[in-house]
Amino acid sequence: MSEIPNSFTLDGQLVPFEPGQTILQAALAAGHYIPHLCSSPELKPHGSCKLCTVVVNGRHGSACTAHAMPGQDVQSDTPDLNGKRRLQVQMLFVEGNHFCPGCEKSGNCKLQAVAYDLEMLNPHFPHFFPQRPVDASHPDILLDRNRCIMCEQCVEASRDIDGKEVFGLAGRGLASHLVVNSPSGLLGDSALEAGDKAANICPVGAIVHKRVGYAKPIGARDYDTLGIRAQARAAAEGEGP
Amino acid sequence: MTVSVPAPHSGPAAGPRKLKVATASLSGCFGCHMSLLDLDERLLQLAELVEFDRSPITDIKHCGPCDVGLIEGSVCNSENVHVLREFRSHCKVLIAFGACAVAGGLPAMRNGLDVGDCLKEIYCDRVGPGGLIPNDRELPLLLDKVYPINEVVRVDYFIPGCPPSGDAIWKYLTDVIAGRMPRLEHPMLRYD
Ligand code: SF4
Ligand code: SF4
Ligand code: FES
Repeated sequence: MSEIPNSFTLDGQLVPFEPGQTILQAALAAGHYIPHLCSSPELKPHGSCKLCTVVVNGRHGSACTAHAMPGQDVQSDTPDLNGKRRLQVQMLFVEGNHFCPGCEKSGNCKLQAVAYDLEMLNPHFPHFFPQRPVDASHPDILLDRNRCIMCEQCVEASRDIDGKEVFGLAGRGLASHLVVNSPSGLLGDSALEAGDKAANICPVGAIVHKRVGYAKPIGARDYDTLGIRAQARAAAEGEGP
Repeated sequence: MTVSVPAPHSGPAAGPRKLKVATASLSGCFGCHMSLLDLDERLLQLAELVEFDRSPITDIKHCGPCDVGLIEGSVCNSENVHVLREFRSHCKVLIAFGACAVAGGLPAMRNGLDVGDCLKEIYCDRVGPGGLIPNDRELPLLLDKVYPINEVVRVDYFIPGCPPSGDAIWKYLTDVIAGRMPRLEHPMLRYD
């Protein structure tokens, strides 16, 4: 009996995987970028942003939660899926207040980098311009909910890595918002410390460190030269055999 | 950087017809127009392909029938609405030019505030002469909120960036002039 090789095809290319890996993990390890926002290698995937949606053997699924299986046929970089991803990203932009020209995360922001990758030229939908409070009470960390995309990475990191449960999501649908676990509801009264994983994992400019904004000049920021897709490829090559 | 640009659809004997281009800054900082000047010597190439109608460059006050309209800035007062509608009705192709026109930009940061409170804070609550909110028929009224231009009229194309670089403008304009589907990719595509 011959062994079934641990590999699947992604957009027609053979991708090897280790048993237990998700499609996203295997794809990234092989240098193939699949747009994603709410998953991070340090956290358990929970599949909330749906940006990583791929078509596996004809059915839609999240690449960050679906396990890689031998012989799968995975479609990701297709005009149809990328068009839908672009719409999702546009919705994220209009749902919050994203003023990139003045944002200290600009150039280092994953939402922006994914939008560049998907060639998003405008936010398309009417802006909500919601009213969302900024919390500057913490000595080292600023929480700007205007830029929060509710990916829950800070929630998970605080709970599972820092063991603190500083953040949580409250409300439903349009009323969803990030809440802070402290007597006053303010970050300054919470157990959050600047070195915590939760203070360093936000993919956008919602949780940022004070006094270091704009420290990296334009041209030297994370995504100024290499886009997010090219960086995924470079990272895999750097770690490869 | 030089890009070869095919001439726009030429008439039988008259040689290539120049495209008519109009530009305006609504609630913007004129940074996008400054970036247009960053085309540097390519401006000479552009001048062979286009002729400017209403624009800060020509100081023509009203826009006639045009092929391309470039709008910088967001829509913040009643005058902006009039200018924008004039452009839409006279331009075959309307382009939102820069972050403010595309997404509201910095002027839209006032959208979280009440416009009456803003005026009061600026004109009444400060020490100094006056103490009255300016009120003259010559002054356009502020809108309740600041809008990206595509939330007021239909817009055909978008060039984001604060401001878009001269290279991005050149790439986009030459695509449009040549009749190609305009395309901007990273790193020319930027929101800041
Ligand atoms: S968080 Fe990212 S997308 Fe939002 S304003 Fe800042 S740079 Fe732009
Ligand atoms: S603050 Fe950042 S990490 Fe936390 S949910 Fe919002 S976007 Fe995600
Ligand atoms: S990255 Fe998979 S759902 Fe967000």
